[in-house]
Amino acid sequence: MSVINAVTCPICGCLCDDIEVTVVNNEVVKVKNGCAVCEAKYMGYKSEHRIRQPLVRKEGKLVPVSMDEAIHKAAEILANANYPVLYGWSSTNCEAQRVGVELAEEVGGVLDNTAVVCHGPSLMGTQEVGIPTSTLGQIRHRADLIIYWGCDPWSAHPRHLERYTTFTEGRFEDSEWKSYINKVKAVAGKKKLLSAQRVEPHKKPHETVAESLIFNKPPETLQKEGRKLIVVDVRKSMTAEMADYFIQVQPGKDYELMQAIRALIKDEELDVEQVAGVPVDYLREVVDALISCKFGVIFFGMGLTQSAGKFRNIEVAISLIRDLNSRTKFLIMPMRGHFNVSGANIVSAWQTGYAFGVDFSLGYPRYNPGETTSMDVLLRGESDATLVIAADPGATFPKKAIQHMVKHPLIVIDPHLNATAMLGDVVIPSAFVGIEVSGTAYRMDNVPLPLKKVVEPPEGILTDEEILKKILEEVRIIKSKRDEKTEAP
Amino acid sequence: MTEILIKNGFVFDPLNKINGEKMDIAIKNGKIVESVNEQKAKKIDAAGLTVMPGGVDIHTHIAGGEVNTGRMIRPEDHVKDVVSKTSITRSGTGYSIPSTFVTGYRYAKMGYTTVMNPSMAPLGAKHTHEELNDIPLLDKATFPLLGDWWFVLEHLQRGDLEGCARHVAWMLETTKGYAIKIVNPGGLESWGFGRNVHSIDDTVPNFDITPRDIMCGLAKVNKMLNLPHSIHLHTNNLGIPGNYVTTLETMKALENVPTDGRPTCHITHLQFSSFAGDNWGNMKSAAEEISKYINNHNHITFDMGQIVFTDTTTMTADGPFEFTLYQLSGHKWVNTDVETETSGGIIPMHYKRTSAVNALQWSIGLELALLVEDPWKVFMTTDHPNAGPFFAYPKIMAWLISKKARMATLAKCHKKAQKRSLLPSVKRELSLYELAIVTRAGQAKALGLKNKGHLGVGADADIAIYDINPEKIDVAKKYKTARKAFGNAAYTIKDGKIVVKDGEVVQHTDGKTMWLDVKTAEQLKVDEEMKLKFKKYWTVEYENYPVYDHYVKVPEIISVKASV
Amino acid sequence: MMMQQKLRVTLITGRTIEQGVGKEYGKSSPEYYEACSMVYMDAEDMKKLGIKTGAHVLVRTPQGSVVLRAVKYPRSATPGLIYIPYGPWANVVVDDSTTSIGMPTFKGTPAEVEAAPDQPVLSIEELLKKEFGR
Repeated sequence: MSVINAVTCPICGCLCDDIEVTVVNNEVVKVKNGCAVCEAKYMGYKSEHRIRQPLVRKEGKLVPVSMDEAIHKAAEILANANYPVLYGWSSTNCEAQRVGVELAEEVGGVLDNTAVVCHGPSLMGTQEVGIPTSTLGQIRHRADLIIYWGCDPWSAHPRHLERYTTFTEGRFEDSEWKSYINKVKAVAGKKKLLSAQRVEPHKKPHETVAESLIFNKPPETLQKEGRKLIVVDVRKSMTAEMADYFIQVQPGKDYELMQAIRALIKDEELDVEQVAGVPVDYLREVVDALISCKFGVIFFGMGLTQSAGKFRNIEVAISLIRDLNSRTKFLIMPMRGHFNVSGANIVSAWQTGYAFGVDFSLGYPRYNPGETTSMDVLLRGESDATLVIAADPGATFPKKAIQHMVKHPLIVIDPHLNATAMLGDVVIPSAFVGIEVSGTAYRMDNVPLPLKKVVEPPEGILTDEEILKKILEEVRIIKSKRDEKTEAP
Repeated sequence: MTEILIKNGFVFDPLNKINGEKMDIAIKNGKIVESVNEQKAKKIDAAGLTVMPGGVDIHTHIAGGEVNTGRMIRPEDHVKDVVSKTSITRSGTGYSIPSTFVTGYRYAKMGYTTVMNPSMAPLGAKHTHEELNDIPLLDKATFPLLGDWWFVLEHLQRGDLEGCARHVAWMLETTKGYAIKIVNPGGLESWGFGRNVHSIDDTVPNFDITPRDIMCGLAKVNKMLNLPHSIHLHTNNLGIPGNYVTTLETMKALENVPTDGRPTCHITHLQFSSFAGDNWGNMKSAAEEISKYINNHNHITFDMGQIVFTDTTTMTADGPFEFTLYQLSGHKWVNTDVETETSGGIIPMHYKRTSAVNALQWSIGLELALLVEDPWKVFMTTDHPNAGPFFAYPKIMAWLISKKARMATLAKCHKKAQKRSLLPSVKRELSLYELAIVTRAGQAKALGLKNKGHLGVGADADIAIYDINPEKIDVAKKYKTARKAFGNAAYTIKDGKIVVKDGEVVQHTDGKTMWLDVKTAEQLKVDEEMKLKFKKYWTVEYENYPVYDHYVKVPEIISVKASV
Repeated sequence: MMMQQKLRVTLITGRTIEQGVGKEYGKSSPEYYEACSMVYMDAEDMKKLGIKTGAHVLVRTPQGSVVLRAVKYPRSATPGLIYIPYGPWANVVVDDSTTSIGMPTFKGTPAEVEAAPDQPVLSIEELLKKEFGR
């Protein structure tokens, strides 16, 4: 039995690196410090849903083949394609991503990562107005006002509050954990009181509904010293339950709400009673809290990038931060989803200049969102082959995009038989990055962290990096043979 | 390995006091040797060509988090400068912040072989090294930002220089770094809460310490550790009219640091720290005051930070300064504070001849380089990409060697700048020998790189050959010919391999990454207490912080014995 | 209250922790199926359709239609809003328009919901077969 410390969890952009993993006979038997998703991954990675050997679709069915056959088939598809899409890259290490860029360049394809359906709009917003941000520790040490906007860390980044924001001890700011516990106790007490009076809340559903729709006045605690937590979302999330103040914005109206806040910061008058469902009087109190804090931060998620406005929402959010910096210190950070989507952006950018949606079809990197992004290439029906690695567009892309994808040869590299693999023509199983493969990943704040190999992969299973290198080598062989042929008379 | 004999070139090798002599250079196993077997060796006919050691850049932002964020936010910058894949080279993009491969290719085309990445947040050191691995054809090193690191502040506050030195040694090894970088000392910690320091005697909020304490403390630590380079300093109040006073005070403060005769401080991109006047309207050059001081003292070296008129990207760990630029320009603004260590920022910038301020800045850089008499104190840089991209160096070389070139540019500048410029009164034109000092020999010497910047026996076979015949052309007059030659080396040789011929990359080779292994008598004890402190200060585990050996593809470890 | 056959709503898709856990067990795991083949609805809206948690509903958009288990959203009222966790079921109905920036409209697709007591909720295999023929 061995106990391995300081393991970096390969799931979400939090990249918690304090996981303790116990291994017996090359098998993970215990995980400490992680969240529910982390435990599911470390305990579930070896489940029956894992692909055990390479598969190739023959007569409509995926049938087992040798690794060499699968690699050759994949290389043939890519070498013969005019305009392949190479998509995914976010759940693998930077070492594999580096080979991926080279492969995309070699085959003249479109290299795109999951940011396109995640924080691609955030990168675009950043390209418009920049981004005042920091590493997470800076927030832990200094932030006294934390805002989660259009994101629910409790669900998507379960340890974010505990490690980096509200519930962590900083040099200049204390954890709010104790006061939160007191609050929860008080609420529990209130519930007891209610039941003692035999007033059962669930018997008055109309009132409960009405209550949460009518905005509560911002509590006085919003102006207090010490850490405050505000959540803005279209529905009350689990994170919102913990907040000092929850703002329920009407769906699709985040842009309006942020512009209203910007106006109030500049002491402009708003001639309306409410904006995006929020009473302006209450908004003023929120703005007071924004201006009077010592160090504020907005974390934002898909609530902004995927709803009406998309990258314009991000642009206005960042513009709001720019405005606030003339009054106090205020920063902003996207809640990156996949554990190494940041790495996919970073590697792509250092090798090509562009973070996602890179088109090599002209021999040099090109980037024009809407044109060179994988989603649009698929929706327009332009590509003639797809390689998917370390992502599952079969479960995350709209139907029409998948319909085009399956019209042409589809190569899938993944440890799991995921939705895309079920649809694939060549399926190559890979080792689990961060469990069976080491490497580097970048946290949501672009801090690089080492991933650890805690167990050996099953026999015969290669790493993403190895598979890609083999494909690249094979593609070059096929291309050079072809060139010889064309040169011969 | 092949042997090479470079025959009959005009050799400029200032460290060996060779000034344009016609001679042969022999190469074997990647090193310069006394002689090779002339029958067996590959011969390069350098008759009528200029031979110099490979170029050395003491300060260029080419890798790491800040640089890469700059790439990410500026697609409009790349689209105008694309580079196609060839059978030898990878594709990529330029302009102001080229992708990694293109960075290597473009330096090599100019005959450069060694570059220093001068700004690295320790927490992001792995990132910097991953990018350095992807920069081909060059030897590289990188400097961790240490001036506002809490461990440094706390030790200096207590007056514990030895403790500070041990931590700095540990950090150099941990980040695989090469020198102590200090940026706006005290200002970056203050910026954590949106503030700054405005003189070298301001107190840093929450820490009872001043910028003076930090600079002098680290300069002493630098000495105690016997580091090959001096402290590498970006001054307080950088980029603000009137800041030359702070710069003079800074240099004076460092006079008292004990020295063995070597410089104690390198002030980087000095142009940005040499402004007189008290606002942007009446801003003037302080090159005269600054150069006078440097001419009379021997503890300072500097690099120019020369402005080039183009669209570029500013990026520095000086977060508060970038915020000032944001307030001035309203342009897209990146801020990147790093817990416990440093800050950072990015603003795109278009330097224009028609801007009085920009044109004056252009003039100040050249004035400094020409008014400081000793070329061993002056190094040519653009603080890439801050004052312009590095591949504009041939232009700057032309300005340095030719008054005609300078005056041609000045004539196109804003009238106010023309009037305030000191350049019309400066006659000096650097000789090729002096140019070799400010572009390689001096830089290598200041960095303490013993095998670089010269062509003596035992040196690394890093060589640049330019199509300039000093017997036939007067470069001061034919500056355009010289400019073209400096931009397209006839040959660049790296570690004894011909990597560039006639301005084209002909071979791939990985450069090395140099880093310091500083041996202190008493090693820093990483005990439970230190680990606990680590947990308190950073959001990553102690075990995951260091740059482990496998992060450096081709390492060259330089051992240093500290005197503490 | 008037019972209605159909409701016009706004469809939002997004992450839930159950979906996050499910995907780590595998996309063909029962955990993933449970987590993703459902739709959160507003309590009042469910009443209007005369359904309770667990009932099958048909969600229809111009892009397609899918049958899901309805679940009452427990934490706040969200009238006119339905929420389907990210996954193959949601993607049958989300608006694929990227407005020329690469990103489909995963949040904010106009949709209709109706009770579908007799229609089954498909497994992932059945769903992929139906939509993509594989």
